[in-house]
Amino acid sequence: MTITQSLFYFLAFVAIFCSLLVVLAKNPVHSVLYLIITFFAFTGHYILLNAQFVGIVNIIVYAGAIMVLFLFVIMLLNFNEGTETHKPNLVKFAGAITGGLVLVVLVASLQTLQQSNPVKLNNADIGLVKNLGKVLFNEFLLPFEVVSILFLSAMVGAVLLARKENN
Amino acid sequence: MEAIVIEKIILITVILLLSLVIAMYMTLAERKFAGFLQDRLGPNRTGPFGILQPLADGVKLFTKEEIIPANANKMLFILGPSLAMFTACIGSAVIPWGHDLVIGGRTIPLQVADINVGVLYIFGVVSLGVYGVMIGGWASNNKYSLLGAIRAASQNISYEIAMGLSIIALLMVTGTLSMRGIAVGQAGNLYGWGPSGMAWNVFYQPLGFLIYLICMFAEANRTPFDLPECESELVAGYHTEHSSMKLGFYLFAEYINMFIASAVVATLYFGGYNFPGQDAIVGSVSPFLYTLIGVAALFLKISFFLFFFIWIRWTIPRFRYDQLMKLGWNILIPLSIANIVITGIVMFMAGKV
Repeated sequence: MTITQSLFYFLAFVAIFCSLLVVLAKNPVHSVLYLIITFFAFTGHYILLNAQFVGIVNIIVYAGAIMVLFLFVIMLLNFNEGTETHKPNLVKFAGAITGGLVLVVLVASLQTLQQSNPVKLNNADIGLVKNLGKVLFNEFLLPFEVVSILFLSAMVGAVLLARKENN
Repeated sequence: MEAIVIEKIILITVILLLSLVIAMYMTLAERKFAGFLQDRLGPNRTGPFGILQPLADGVKLFTKEEIIPANANKMLFILGPSLAMFTACIGSAVIPWGHDLVIGGRTIPLQVADINVGVLYIFGVVSLGVYGVMIGGWASNNKYSLLGAIRAASQNISYEIAMGLSIIALLMVTGTLSMRGIAVGQAGNLYGWGPSGMAWNVFYQPLGFLIYLICMFAEANRTPFDLPECESELVAGYHTEHSSMKLGFYLFAEYINMFIASAVVATLYFGGYNFPGQDAIVGSVSPFLYTLIGVAALFLKISFFLFFFIWIRWTIPRFRYDQLMKLGWNILIPLSIANIVITGIVMFMAGKV
C-alpha cells in the first residue's frame, strides 16, 4: 500500500466513524464536534485529490462558520441528555417505515453495484486555485453569477423574516 | 527525501520554540509597558529587570490547584484550552520567514509549507480559533463563561467577514494566494522609484490595511475588542472557571496569536522579509548573511506590531457591545466592499488588469 492509499483508508475510516458518532452521540454538542472532525476528514480527501482550494474553503465555510453557528444555537438552547422529549407512537411508527424504505432503496441500489471505469483527468492540477478560477470565470460564468444572486435573495429573505414589524 | 524531512522538522521545532519564547516574553513586555504607561516600574524583582518573571509565572501556574467544576463537562473543559493552544500554533506553517537559506550548497526554504492557498489557510486557522473559547466556555457550566463564549463567537464571525473582504482587495493587487508569492511580489521598488524592497502592499492598500488591522485586533480578542473576557461585566469571561495551567494556556494562546497575527500582517502588508535597499547588497554580502538580514527585518516588523498591540491595550478603553457590532457590520463591511470597488477601478485605470 502506498502512502496515499493508507492515508485514504485512514481518512475514510475517520469520516465514517465520526459520521456515525454524530448520529449516535447523546449530547448535541458532542454531535457537532464529531461533525467538525468529519469535515476535517473530507478536507483531507480533497487535498488527496489535489484540490487544495476546495479543501481549505470547506474548512473556512463549514468548520469555521456554519458549525460555529450550529454550536451557538445548541449552546443557547441548552439541550441536555435529559431534555429529550418523549415521542408519540405515531412518530416512531412513521420513522420505522421511512427507515425501512431507505433500507430497501439501498439494498436495491447495492445489487446493481459494479466497478466504474476509472476517470482520467486531462489536467491533474484542475483543483488548484488558478485553474479552478479560470474555469469558473470563463466556462461557468453565468451559473456562477446566478448562484450568487440566489444567495443574495436568500440573504435578503432571511433579513426580511428576522426584522420586527414597526406597526 | 530523508534530508527534507529532517530540515522541515528542525524548522518546525525552531519556529514553535521561537513562538513560545516570544509569547513568554511578551507577557513581561506587556507588564513592563503597562508599568511605563501608568508611571510605575512593572515587575522587577525576579532577576535583572524582572527578566525571569515569565518563568516564575509559569511555575506558579503549573503548581496551582487544578479545579474542574462539579457539573462541568470534563472532557470538553480540558479540550477548550488545548484547542486554543493548538489553533494558535498551527498558523505559523505558511509564513515565509526569510529568503532561501543556503548552507553547504543546500538550499533550504525558510517556510514550513508553501501551499498555493496560504492566505486562505491563515483564514481557516483564524476561523477555527473560536472553537477553543466556545467549547471551554460552554463546558464550564457557568453563565458568565457561556456569555463570554457567545460574545467571542459572534465577534469573531462578524469581524471575519470584513477581514476576508479586505484581503480580497489585497489579493486583487498581488494576484496570488501564496504567502511566499505575496512576499516576493513586494521585493521591487515603490511606484517605480526609490530603493528596492519597498513595494509594500500597505502603500497600495492603505484602507484595506486599516480594516485588516482593526479586524486583527478583534480576532485576537485584544483591547479594544476584549469583550469576551470583559472583567467588569463577565468576571473573566470564558475562562472564569479555568484554573492552573488551563488558564495559562488560554492566556498563552492569546500571546501566540498576537505573534502569528503580527507575522501575517508584516508579510501581507509590510513586505515580509524584504528590506529597503536589498538589491544593492545582495551581491556584496554572503547569501547566508543576506538571508539573516531579511529574517531580522521581518522580526523587526513583527516586534513593531507586537508593541502596537500592547500600546493600544493600555491606551484605548474597550467598546460597548453594541458599538462593537455597529463598527463591524455597519462601518467595516461597507468600507471593505467600497475598497474592493475602488481597487478594481484604480487597477483598471492604471491598466494593470
